[in-house]
Amino acid sequence: MATSVELSTEEGGTEGGPLLDVRNLHVEFRTREGVARAVNGVDYSVDAGETLAVLGESGSGKSVTAQAIMGILDSPPGFVTQGKIIFQGRDMLKLSGEERRKVRGARMAMIFQDALSSLNPVLNVGEQLGEMFTVHRGLSRKQARAKAVELMERVRIPAAKERVRSYPHQFSGGMRQRVMIAMAMALEPELIIADEPTTALDVTVQAQVMDLLADLQREYNMGLILITHDLGVVADVADKIAVMYAGRIVETSPVHDIYAKPAHPYTKGLLDSIPRLDQKGQELYAIKGLPPNLLHIPPGCAFNPRCPLAQDVCRTEVPPLYRVSRDRASACHFWKEVVGDDSAPADKA
Amino acid sequence: MGRYVIRRLLQMIPVFIGSTFLIFFMVYALGDPVAALFGDRAPDPATAAQIRNDLHLNDPLWKQYLIYMKNIFTGDFGTAFNGESVTSLMGSAFPVTIRLTIVAILFEIVIGISLGVLTGMRRGKPDDTGVLLLTLIVISVPTFVTGYVLQYLFGVQWGWVSPSVSPEAPFNELILPGLVLALVSLAYVTRLTRTSIAENTRADYLRTAVAKGLPRHRIIIRHLLRNSLIPVVTFIGTDVGFLMGGAIVTERIFNIHGVGYQLYQGILRNNAPTVVGFVTILVLVFLIANLLVDLLYAVLDPRIRYA
Ligand SMILES: Nc1ncnc2c1ncn2[C@@H]1O[C@H](COP(=O)(O)OP(=O)(O)OP(=O)(O)O)[C@@H](O)[C@H]1O
Ligand code: SF4
Ligand SMILES: [Mg+2]
Repeated sequence: MATSVELSTEEGGTEGGPLLDVRNLHVEFRTREGVARAVNGVDYSVDAGETLAVLGESGSGKSVTAQAIMGILDSPPGFVTQGKIIFQGRDMLKLSGEERRKVRGARMAMIFQDALSSLNPVLNVGEQLGEMFTVHRGLSRKQARAKAVELMERVRIPAAKERVRSYPHQFSGGMRQRVMIAMAMALEPELIIADEPTTALDVTVQAQVMDLLADLQREYNMGLILITHDLGVVADVADKIAVMYAGRIVETSPVHDIYAKPAHPYTKGLLDSIPRLDQKGQELYAIKGLPPNLLHIPPGCAFNPRCPLAQDVCRTEVPPLYRVSRDRASACHFWKEVVGDDSAPADKA
Repeated sequence: MGRYVIRRLLQMIPVFIGSTFLIFFMVYALGDPVAALFGDRAPDPATAAQIRNDLHLNDPLWKQYLIYMKNIFTGDFGTAFNGESVTSLMGSAFPVTIRLTIVAILFEIVIGISLGVLTGMRRGKPDDTGVLLLTLIVISVPTFVTGYVLQYLFGVQWGWVSPSVSPEAPFNELILPGLVLALVSLAYVTRLTRTSIAENTRADYLRTAVAKGLPRHRIIIRHLLRNSLIPVVTFIGTDVGFLMGGAIVTERIFNIHGVGYQLYQGILRNNAPTVVGFVTILVLVFLIANLLVDLLYAVLDPRIRYA
């Protein structure tokens, strides 16, 4: 029996509930051209020590969701219009600006893609790292500098004592991203959101930086949301996966199940488009068509214009998140066929 | 850095020689200084010839220039039209203009930067549009118009300030003239600050600062302003030279006996020593101000390296 479910646990205190529980999150951008619905009911959750990989094409709302969780949306034009962001038992959307600020950086932190542009060019890294301690912990500047050196050593930046006075442009790309990681780690937050942390790096250092991040996460038992395009990385480090399309989660699953048996045509398309050694020479599969214009998301299932399995019902009925198994869900009317079940299209809940 | 400064100082020498020679040549082309010395009266030919000889006016131009330069380096800038030495004229004029420039720079910093920051953070709002329009008007109206209008309103109509400045030119009398002198630059500072703030507001590192949970005032002062004001500070630094030389109109309007006033008199009377002397000092001020600005730039922005 397929039923529409909320995959998250009961609302409540820190005990029992997941570290972060995002429910039915909606974000829109009110621009001159119209209202762009960038996030349309995202549900996902992360536990302590767990890594959630968020996948999806460019423009699917991965970063916007992350920004909404952090509370750093460009507002205006961006607004959270619905939903809950429950972090350590508190709905972040109900906090005052000042309470929210104290969570930011201290309890949840973010690592951005391009460390060169994301670090302040005119402050040395010691000041930028130390700032976390002077602002959130009230340490003196001298104490903060010592902490900065400690942090740089922890992310394995050589000669940290000397380099603490260097400016971002004086570091290599990999070292710079380590500085970003150090900054996110500074106050030992419970949750880290890494938005494509290795995309801007040379292939040779990508793995090192990813390993460092995974090590630190294990060491401090942090929750990690890893936004990435790299399905190879996902298989290595993620516990579970959320696939986004047009501002919705279309599939969530533990990492191993999804590679073996995707439960959504879009996920299947994504997986089929990775080059594989055993299919060398064959033409790569590509999902046909383009992601929808967020100003005019198609009615019904947003994926229907591109979906090989689309039926009439897909053009009228928005598929809910169907429970595929205990810890999997898919927003496809025909998930059973996709998974390989031969039974008839699932009933809606 | 040290080698860079030395190189820059050496580069100043040809610029200095070239510009002073040009000025010397132009003043020479203005006409007969001896005739001007006597005004409307026809000079006695013998006296005129004597003066000509004393001033080396019968020598070729390059020789006159060399003699002049030699004198400058012994501190002798020649004699002004009123019989005073040019150096003593400078001694009274430069402090006045420096005071006027200080007042103008203060206006640029306080009003220009404040307006720029305010409008930069409130882009598209009515107050932003209003200020932007105002700066456009200020930039397009010539200084002598705004000068006379403000002088009339504040000095004559409302009597808030005295319409002309006494010879001592104390700071409090220079407030209105300083504002008039600053006005166009002030408008540019406002617009430059606004653009720079708007640009940096969208920068990734500012989003990082927010994500770090820093308080708003710290984000603005330490991250936004620290970056946005770099081009503004360098603009204002360069403006020092422009203001000192460009005060002619303002000094005329308010009858301030500063550099511009003396320069004007010198031109009026074809007095080469006054004109060349004052311009030479202004050229030096300009060159040094520019060098200091470049050095300041490297201090403010660690990405700039001079070698
Ligand atoms: N500041 C903004 N103003 C207006 N629209 C925005 C803004 N930021 C994001 N959007 C809209 O939200 C959509 C989703 O953007 P988002 O950055 O979340 O995509 P993404 O999934 O992270 O893609 P990518 O893989 O390219 O990073 C974009 O297509 C864009 O239309
Ligand atoms: S609901 Fe229909 S259109 Fe959407 S993914 Fe499933 S089959 Fe395709
Ligand atoms: Mg993104």
